[in-house]
Amino acid sequence: MNNEITGAEIVLKSLAEQGVEVVFGYPGGAVLPIYDTLFKQNSIKHVLVRQEGGAIHAAEGYARSTGKTGVVLVTSGPGATNVVTGLTDAMMDSVPIVCITGQVPQHLIGSDAFQECDTTGITRPCTKHNYLVKDVNKLSSVFHEAFTIAQNGRPGPVLIDIPKDVQFASGTYEEKNKIIIPSHRLFEPSPDFEKNKIEEAVQLISKAKKPIFYIGGGCINSGPKASTLVREFINMVGSPVTMTLMGLGVVGSSDKNSLGMLGMHGMYEANMAMHECDVMINIGARFDDRVTGRLDAFSPNSKKIHIDIDESNINKTINVDVPIIGDVKQVVEKMIEVWKEKKFKIDDHAIKLWWEKINKWKEVDCLNYNNKGNQIKPQHAVQRLYELTKNTKTFITTEVGQHQMWAAQFYKFEEPNRWLTSGGLGTMGYGFPAAIGAQVGHPDALVVDIAGDASILMNIQEMSTAVQYRLPVKIFILNNEYMGMVRQWQELLHGGRYSESYTDSLPDFVKLAESYKAVGLRAKTTDELDDVITQMIETKNTVIADIWVTKEENCFPMIQSGSAHNEMMLSKDQKQDKKSAEKGKILV
Amino acid sequence: MNKSVYASPDQVSETKRHILTVLVDNEPGVLARVIGMFSGRGYNIDSLNVAEVSNDENISRITIVTHGTSEVVSQIEKQLLRIVPVHSVTNLDQEGSSVEAEVALVYIYISDTNKKKVYQLCDLYRARKIENENNTTIFEIAGASERVNRFIKEINKITKVEIVRSGPVAISSIQKN
Repeated sequence: MNNEITGAEIVLKSLAEQGVEVVFGYPGGAVLPIYDTLFKQNSIKHVLVRQEGGAIHAAEGYARSTGKTGVVLVTSGPGATNVVTGLTDAMMDSVPIVCITGQVPQHLIGSDAFQECDTTGITRPCTKHNYLVKDVNKLSSVFHEAFTIAQNGRPGPVLIDIPKDVQFASGTYEEKNKIIIPSHRLFEPSPDFEKNKIEEAVQLISKAKKPIFYIGGGCINSGPKASTLVREFINMVGSPVTMTLMGLGVVGSSDKNSLGMLGMHGMYEANMAMHECDVMINIGARFDDRVTGRLDAFSPNSKKIHIDIDESNINKTINVDVPIIGDVKQVVEKMIEVWKEKKFKIDDHAIKLWWEKINKWKEVDCLNYNNKGNQIKPQHAVQRLYELTKNTKTFITTEVGQHQMWAAQFYKFEEPNRWLTSGGLGTMGYGFPAAIGAQVGHPDALVVDIAGDASILMNIQEMSTAVQYRLPVKIFILNNEYMGMVRQWQELLHGGRYSESYTDSLPDFVKLAESYKAVGLRAKTTDELDDVITQMIETKNTVIADIWVTKEENCFPMIQSGSAHNEMMLSKDQKQDKKSAEKGKILV
Repeated sequence: MNKSVYASPDQVSETKRHILTVLVDNEPGVLARVIGMFSGRGYNIDSLNVAEVSNDENISRITIVTHGTSEVVSQIEKQLLRIVPVHSVTNLDQEGSSVEAEVALVYIYISDTNKKKVYQLCDLYRARKIENENNTTIFEIAGASERVNRFIKEINKITKVEIVRSGPVAISSIQKN
């Protein structure tokens, strides 16, 4: 038949019709037909990573910085198993990803063939949905459905496993608009999305004396318009607002209503306000355990409104009074409408008193640290990085650990989609490949991976990728020779026995950079810091800046595991009482 | 009530048995998705029954018996609905009234001394003898799980048996038009 093309061609045609510009991947036996087709076309760019784990984090970074779907292409067996961490990461942080894996030809499935594994079985719990495509004629409809599912409702990763014989087989291509996806397979908000719930919520807000908005990553996933609307609504109410790690940037750091981040290493004033508020408005956050602390002491006297697109987040860990299932953008737009329509106004006097109380908490100055001496404090390094990059279009990614929390505390985000970090899964090794993905999506922007010396080594092989594609990603290592957060917990909870948390035999990061033909810089003292940062920004090449920071600095403030919002530790001297410390030890 | 590592909030209702009916697209892997959700999130499955329903070939009906507080069961329902091929989840206990039944096949070790007692009991419970080529004594009993339980308890007092049970299936008995 004339209209028939090969499965591999259908793959590329589907990607093109879905508007895919770039694929992150690594070839291998079971995807050779797709790579062969890729070779014969020019519309889709391929970024060759150095390990499949790097491909999926790069796709995540690309997706989260651009708002598009990230696409990954890897082979069967080890190619597929290497993306499992990234799929789980994308699942936890709701990142739209389509991951294509090759599979051994169908007649070999189940025979323990070379590079065979049960990919759909392994990835079932860590994807939103997955497919094993056995019929070449279903390939295009599977692709179109996969892209829709990845982006629809609460976004997430979708995996398509394609046996090699299906890639070679001939079949017909169906266009996107010819595919009808049954409605039960998608999230569809009810048409009037619970209008009375919205009215109930808005009325509750208007009567609040101590309101607080608690903003999460869902606002970012809902698109830039959602952030604008959320800001507008908060301004109308005049309420304080705090953001989760994933929600940073929805409301600008310099906004007069912003109390910054909340949670385990959040701001004292944000956590105290959460504890004492009378109405909490959760928009696109999921009461994560890093945020709530001890559940039975979480914001005990408040009425709670929870806006979430995923119904399973409602009453999962915290019972709420007014749940609203829907997309942030649509719900908040409606809330603004109702607020204006009914001419609601908040009690000015009560709000004034509430702000006075909050301003008292602010006086605690919870991020204060001792910045004496010539040795670089990690907090100071992030502050200087912020000061020297704040006027440039900058994307910040991080790995996981102390440096991540310092970045969240000291780097000020004014816009959504500029901050990429692994929140739910806490994946060390996320930041560098994510920075590569963000740089691919924004070739002219400054992209900095704030890293730790331990995390960066988890995906250091991607230096080769960054240099090959001339991606001027900057790696800003806060080097204390420790797995800092592990060391901090060992200091606070395990009697200072630093079991295996010291990283001996670290590479010379400057020489390491040079060996990849990138640029290596080093700052050992505070007076070298600004020069190194400036040079790093100005270099039009991949840079590793090795910042030697004080070794045993701890990340404060901190709500220790098993403690409540009003039981924050502000410094090391303020030890938790022994009994609750023992109880907290078993928690993560 | 919650799956968080932190202490749970105060209101926890009592643990009860619930029957869930889940309608799913009949596609490969769908059962694994459903039961994987249970094991992955630490929920209980007391019994499970799956079969295609004849009036629509592409849809299967899964009946799951679970136990938990109403908070846990409500979480289970919501987590099931997140699975892409799931059409609907119905908690029959919340629907109001429903009927349920299961089938058990019982292989009975029979001898001259117990034969009479066995047949009397089977008669009482309306268990039906299934003829088979080896002429062994196999009875089929259908009905509510509790009835099957009682039968098994009594027959166990008489002789040794081997049992297989389908687990309950259930359907809402509310009038529909």
